[in-house]
Amino acid sequence: MATSSVSKGCFVFKPNFKKRKISVPIEDYFNKGKNTSEDSKLRFETYQLIWQQMKSETERLQEELNKNLFDSLIEFLQTSHSGLWKNSEDWSCEIKLREIPTAALILGVNVTDHDLTLRSLTEVLQNNVTPYVVSLQAKDCPDMKHFLQKLVSQLMDCKVDVQSKEKESVQVIQKNVHYSMDSLSAWYMSVTQKTDPKMPRKKRTFSSQWQSPPVVLILKDMESFTTKVLQDFIIISSQHLHEFPLILIFGIATSPVVIHRLLPHAVSSLLCIELFQSLSCKEHLTTVLDKLLLTTQFPFKLSEKVLQILTNIFLYHDFSIQNFIKGLQLSLLEHFYSQPLSVLCCNLPEAKRRTHFLSANQCENIRRLPSFRRYVEKQSSQKQVALLTSDRSLKEETQSLLENLHVYHTNYFLVLRCLHQFTSSLPKYPLGRQIRELYCMCLEKNIWDSEEYASVLQLLRLLAKDELMAMLQNCFKVFQSSSAKELGNTAKKIEEFLAQFQSLDAETKEEEDTSQLQSKGLQKTDLYHLQKSLLEMKELRSTSKRQTKFEVLREQVVSFVDSLVREYLLPPDTQPLHETLYFSSAHTLRQHLNAAPRIALHTALNNPYYYLKNEALRSEEGCIPNVAPDICIAYKLHLECSRLINLVDWSEAFATVVTAAEKMDANSVTSEERNEVIHARFIRAVSELELLGFIKPTKQKTDHVARLTWGGC
Amino acid sequence: MTSTLELKEDKMLKVQFVGDDDVLNHILDREGGPKIKKERAQLLVNTQKIIKKPENELEEDDQEVLKDQNYVEVLGQDVQESLKNGSATDGGNKVYPFQNRKHPEKMAKLASKLAKTPRKSVSLNKNDPEITIDIPQCSKGHSASDKSQLKNNDKSEFLSTAPRGLRKRLIVPRSHSDSESEYSASNSEDDEGVAQEYEEDTNEDILSQKIQAQNRVVSAPVCKGTPSKKMKRKKTSHLVEEYFEAHSSSKVLTSDRTLQKLKRAKLDQQTLHNLLSKVSPSFSAELKQLNQQHEQLFHKWMLQLHLGFNIVLYGLGSKRDLLERFRTTMLQDCIHIVINGFFPGISVKSILNSVTEVLDHMGTFRSVLDQLEWITNKFKEDSSLELFLLIHNLDSQMLRGDKSQQIIGQLSSLRNIYLIASIDHLNAPLMWDHAKQSLYNWLWYETTTYSHYTEETSYENSLLVKQSGSLPLSSLIHVLRSLTPNARGIFRLLIKYQLDNQDNPSYTGLCFQDFYQQCREAFLVSSDLTLRAQLTEFRDHKLIRTKKGTDGVEYLLIPVDNGILTDFLEKEEEES
Repeated sequence: MATSSVSKGCFVFKPNFKKRKISVPIEDYFNKGKNTSEDSKLRFETYQLIWQQMKSETERLQEELNKNLFDSLIEFLQTSHSGLWKNSEDWSCEIKLREIPTAALILGVNVTDHDLTLRSLTEVLQNNVTPYVVSLQAKDCPDMKHFLQKLVSQLMDCKVDVQSKEKESVQVIQKNVHYSMDSLSAWYMSVTQKTDPKMPRKKRTFSSQWQSPPVVLILKDMESFTTKVLQDFIIISSQHLHEFPLILIFGIATSPVVIHRLLPHAVSSLLCIELFQSLSCKEHLTTVLDKLLLTTQFPFKLSEKVLQILTNIFLYHDFSIQNFIKGLQLSLLEHFYSQPLSVLCCNLPEAKRRTHFLSANQCENIRRLPSFRRYVEKQSSQKQVALLTSDRSLKEETQSLLENLHVYHTNYFLVLRCLHQFTSSLPKYPLGRQIRELYCMCLEKNIWDSEEYASVLQLLRLLAKDELMAMLQNCFKVFQSSSAKELGNTAKKIEEFLAQFQSLDAETKEEEDTSQLQSKGLQKTDLYHLQKSLLEMKELRSTSKRQTKFEVLREQVVSFVDSLVREYLLPPDTQPLHETLYFSSAHTLRQHLNAAPRIALHTALNNPYYYLKNEALRSEEGCIPNVAPDICIAYKLHLECSRLINLVDWSEAFATVVTAAEKMDANSVTSEERNEVIHARFIRAVSELELLGFIKPTKQKTDHVARLTWGGC
Repeated sequence: MTSTLELKEDKMLKVQFVGDDDVLNHILDREGGPKIKKERAQLLVNTQKIIKKPENELEEDDQEVLKDQNYVEVLGQDVQESLKNGSATDGGNKVYPFQNRKHPEKMAKLASKLAKTPRKSVSLNKNDPEITIDIPQCSKGHSASDKSQLKNNDKSEFLSTAPRGLRKRLIVPRSHSDSESEYSASNSEDDEGVAQEYEEDTNEDILSQKIQAQNRVVSAPVCKGTPSKKMKRKKTSHLVEEYFEAHSSSKVLTSDRTLQKLKRAKLDQQTLHNLLSKVSPSFSAELKQLNQQHEQLFHKWMLQLHLGFNIVLYGLGSKRDLLERFRTTMLQDCIHIVINGFFPGISVKSILNSVTEVLDHMGTFRSVLDQLEWITNKFKEDSSLELFLLIHNLDSQMLRGDKSQQIIGQLSSLRNIYLIASIDHLNAPLMWDHAKQSLYNWLWYETTTYSHYTEETSYENSLLVKQSGSLPLSSLIHVLRSLTPNARGIFRLLIKYQLDNQDNPSYTGLCFQDFYQQCREAFLVSSDLTLRAQLTEFRDHKLIRTKKGTDGVEYLLIPVDNGILTDFLEKEEEES
């Protein structure tokens, strides 16, 4: 083989001819090898289009969500050093002069997303506050020297961004200079003085505020810095603060307590810390889901299982939005890759246009869709024939079905949000607190068949008036925000309900007034009359309590909501052609995102029949036939051992099993030679198990190996 | 059939007097199971049937054995017993002690639960002989009588608890006694075999055949035996407890047999390879099918690589051939680098070097991080640049370090670098924390191939593979050739001294003063200083090592395997 050698481990292959540009376009890989499937090019283009849209949407969302945090951070940064330069005679500022302004940014445990947040933070700061923004990671700074080195070199780079690259030669020299805080502040002075005259010309926003912009240092992962480095740096830089205006930003994944754990009081007293809390990742997820999936803007949808898997990975593994979006991307890709009819997964007018150009094959594909077949069966026999034989009528029908699907989705999400308004604040959250939980339930089955839904209705029937009205108000807003025609009268209906509640208010007020009048009148009567009238009032009240106007109205509202749900929240698999839009292969997703290598290894070793479909390998649970691959047999035998394994015993046990298997086919070879071969096979199996990490050599006893796993697996 | 059984029993009786320990242990054994013995008589009929089965059926077909479930279960048990005692001879029990230790309590519990169903009672029965048998055998291994005395002490504890459990349970003692008899028969036979083996090698062939014949009986149903074991283990699912139990005592109970006593000990790489080439691969049709399934994914991989994902392959079997095929079919027109992670000299530095080689960079970098930065910039500048990285065994010893993974991860996160890697180690995914995983942006693909890790294991100092030592030998010769005859003489003196002392475990090296004396006597050096000068030469070539002893005296040692030194001396003599 060209890639095996005893002297080197890396092999570079560089095609001689320089035809990089003529390399195969990616679309070609979209075809599954040779047999090109329908519209693959179109599908790939659609995929790219939708993915780009989704990506930019998520980026926009991220920006939006971080805006608050960044704004407050910028404000903090701007005020922190302003006092330093303006009224330095002030006594309090004298103290402040020794304190490094520090922003402790609590980012949450989703470490993978931090990078993105901090990167956009750097960008924002560079645009708004200061050109000198440096971010350091703990792994780059094992000691003070490296810390300063990194800091200086990055500062120089920042510099280059601002100025032209004229000083490049100077930089190279500076790189070899011994780094110290002194040299750093000297450098800073020189730079600010040099740029000062230029400032008016440049008209930077920050130039008006400060003669010298501060240096912002972001420590990305505060927790993993060594204490010593941090302490030293803080102490030193606080000494230089008057000539080197430093601001620290700590990125903290856990909790703010960690600052005090890392830094002793003497050091932390040199910091003037302010806490900032970044957006919680769950909130982030909710927004992303809301804007990407619970909308008709993107035609692509996830089935219940897929959504469940993605959210589970998010909630139980990493809390990482990035990974969630990666999962979304993968499911999008898989959908377009595996479903030929995904050409129709685009916005409605385009999809309608595309149906015109569907090939005969694609029409067949449509006919084969289970949802479509169910739909056809419900049609009259005449229509059935037309749909099954004529491509044209099929296309027409497809168009109308697509339109129906679109309308279905518009209504679906409106009603879903409306239902969420009602359920999200109920005690114990029978249908979940988050809209994603509700969505999952609705995707799975008819929600009204579930027990939870019944309990929701019951709870709704117990609501107080103001709560109910608040909910209705919210629903009204939801419906108003959309322009759906079908549900226009629903909005009107809700409005009516609201009006009725309000009038109810007025009525009750009147009632109260009358009762107050009555009570006033009662004051003058004697005891007997008072009792009598009280009794009357009591009776009156109890009868009215049986069915007050409010209760009637409440009942009406509940049944109205119920009817909405029943009408519009049908699960998507009842809709014809839903396969074109919904990605449902949860299995592939789990396989590729959340794989279980250990289980795969165990299955392969324990039950080779799972992979090698040979009848000879078929066996009952938990045992293997003796013809199984060598490594399986060795593995099986080693499972019976404890910490140490005697190689001799193992090899003999192995030999016994293998000879029995071989005995049937080969008797001709002399036994000595066969023994040799079997021994060699044993050696191979053992060294393979060693490579896989099941055993390792040990010196505890001669000719023994140590087991690295325990128990049955 | 009865006769054969009886024959075996005869044999058992014959061998019973082999060692004092055996006798002692047998007495202990009987103590534990007088009841068992009584039951044997009534069960003899069963035994015959059971023993008859394997011998007949095995010859016919493997699958037929499966037919009578219960029956075969019983069989499996019995034969498993004999496997333990027979093939793994006198230490065999130690191969399976994992469950044994905790049995006394657990089994009784299980027993009351399971005794009702006949099938499971069988699986229980199996354990009984295991316990009782284990004990004598263990001490048999340690032939020194005082040791065995010690052993017996804690064994007797064992016994006292175990049989009690047995008796309670063995109200339905079906095949127990026959398994017992089976066991002792085979055991004795083997003991005999072992004894003979040590005394006379002449009979060996006959013997090994004998053993094998027996093994044949044993082997097929081995697997039949396991399910019940499995079942049992699942029941006692306290994995954590198991772990601590297994690791609680520092004493390890395994047999003392070593490979040296076997005829075939270590093979070198070459003979191993030759031997293995004789083995005809099985299931080739299925394997091919499996591979074809994987090959269909090539296009998808290319697509996903281009879309910013990286691909990692896992599953049993070498993925080298698969990746190689991927390389030859898909990557012919692209720049790509193949990295053999299993190569012992691989490092991140060499990976980065080959990347810079692709980019036509001449010159060096101050550090790995500098290099990485340079590469990153290069790739960011030129978006038309594309590079495929194929890494076999990303989880190898050399690359699994945190730093290496970080750097490779950073490389792979570049948009124009496409990484496709394979992992094999059981715990490979532990290399990556969340941060690294997001750098890698993996898509996992399971590609179980069942191919042998031929290339991957050929480098490593495998357990049973003898190091041929041809490399150190040739370098030794080369270095010494360039030296003066006197220097060679000095070195030879040292070699001889070391070889003379090779059986001395406390040998720390040759004391400098003694060495000087010897060299003077052989007229090799005239003064202390010249010897020191020569030694410096050797030290520079790493031919000797000096150690300060406790008394402050320098000791000289050649850090080369004694076998190689012998070879070297032989070669030297041939030449002269």
